[in-house]
Amino acid sequence: MVGNEKRAIRESKLVQVILTSIALLFFALMLLIPLISVFVKAFEQGTGLYVAAITDPIAWKAIKLTLMTIIVTVPINTIFGLTAAWAVAKFKFQGKNLFITFIDVPFSISPVVAGLIFVLLFSTSHGLLAPLLNAWGIKIIFAPPGIFLATLFVTLPFVAKELIPLMEAQGTAEEEAALTLGASGWKTFWLITIPNVKWALLYGIMLTTARTAGEFGAVSVVSGHIRGLTNTLPLHVEILYNEYKFSAAFAVASLLTLIALSNLIVKNIARRKIKQQIKV
Amino acid sequence: MNSIIRSLRIKRNGVIPGFGITMGFSLLYLTLLVLIPLSMVFLNSTKIGPAEFWSIASSERVLASLKISFSTSFLAAAINVIFGLLLAWVLERYEFPGKKLVDGLIDLPFALPTAVAGISLTTLYSQNGWIGRLLMPLGIKVSYTPLGIIVALVFISFPFVVRTVQPVLEGMDYEVEEAAACLGATRIQTFYRVILPELLPALITGFALAFSRSLGEYGSVVFISGNMPLKTEITPLLIRTKLEQYDYVGGTAVAAIMLMISFILLFFINRFQWWASNRHKR
Repeated sequence: MVGNEKRAIRESKLVQVILTSIALLFFALMLLIPLISVFVKAFEQGTGLYVAAITDPIAWKAIKLTLMTIIVTVPINTIFGLTAAWAVAKFKFQGKNLFITFIDVPFSISPVVAGLIFVLLFSTSHGLLAPLLNAWGIKIIFAPPGIFLATLFVTLPFVAKELIPLMEAQGTAEEEAALTLGASGWKTFWLITIPNVKWALLYGIMLTTARTAGEFGAVSVVSGHIRGLTNTLPLHVEILYNEYKFSAAFAVASLLTLIALSNLIVKNIARRKIKQQIKV
Repeated sequence: MNSIIRSLRIKRNGVIPGFGITMGFSLLYLTLLVLIPLSMVFLNSTKIGPAEFWSIASSERVLASLKISFSTSFLAAAINVIFGLLLAWVLERYEFPGKKLVDGLIDLPFALPTAVAGISLTTLYSQNGWIGRLLMPLGIKVSYTPLGIIVALVFISFPFVVRTVQPVLEGMDYEVEEAAACLGATRIQTFYRVILPELLPALITGFALAFSRSLGEYGSVVFISGNMPLKTEITPLLIRTKLEQYDYVGGTAVAAIMLMISFILLFFINRFQWWASNRHKR
């Protein structure tokens, strides 16, 4: 499309500049400035305080618990995402739409409700399973297992949601070819399916990890805020902030922001790669 | 479970193995982690009886919180429809420096923990914050008012509209717009009569997703809202408060109301998306 033709369906330069300016102003006000201010506030009272806030033993315990939660929950939801995507994308069955909606449920529920449902099941005072838990001396709510469960719930859809559209678009021809040539089901999965979806899978795992590290509402309900025991990084940020230790709160928050930014970088690489894949 | 799986299947899809095991595991996992825990809310709600449920649901504080949650979420989603459409349009159609960076950062609210967003926005929009200081002489207070809740909700649900509208704009035929222009339509007429109807399903989907996400939001709002009962207390926070006071019955009843709203929205969004993606197919 060249010259005159294009001009007929374009806005004048002035309108373009005005629209772009309004859009960018909104973008700066709502997204860019809040992002920058996290780092500015974190270093406001010097690097010394920043380092002190991050190397504080209680902060370290929060970092450890957050890492532990990632190690426990991300692999489980990755396996779920792969199996659910395989079942949805490689087969035809009745109720497929219902099944996909079912996977979406955790996204549409308030994090606070997500925490509450596990309290109603596992609380040692009010939970349905309280007698059992008390008899066996198992603590789930106000303890790390409760944090793991709530996190599993809120991050459940990510990997599946990234994989399903791509795997559906890719169809089953390559797998069928491998299987008819005598490859086993496992071999086909590892050598054909996984390489085909590796970017979407990586991105799904990144999203799960980022949400796991950053989940606040659901974890806050089940954790009980026991310092050094059931405090994850976002909960530690809340405590510091409520104690008016703003610089320390922003210092810890900047760690979480770095995770978020690296997540965005991977997302943009993955998005490009997936686009290329679908075009080929 | 096996019989369910067998009845689910209409036709064997050639040689591909593993339907039974993957479907079985997925259903089992969803049942244990989602279905059973969620059913606890309804189980506990039915235990308290309709009279008490109604008295909790219609109490002043619950009704006030629902009103605040619905109105702020609605306004935040509406703001995002306007600015989301604008940003998607600018990103798809115009050239400007830093465009790639802007496009890449649009998803920041999905990646950034809500607590971080909460403390950052509260500090910025408070009376001596970078932005709040500029609004103060105008008599506008943001932090610790309903306006603050809207700011937080606009932030956390911002990417929805942009990301639903962008692909539609990208795939749109310039020829249709050219035809409109050739037939004598002004640019504004073309926008309202040709482009907007084509974008409408994406805008509605984006609005519904943003609204649904905003209704449930907790992390960012608790910091900026000030949490005054009847004034700036959103429903998720009220549930949290009731739990902290060991009022499990009250908390569960309010949660049941929120869950029903979530399910209705989820059902509507999925039906609508299905309709929107199939409407041109016949």
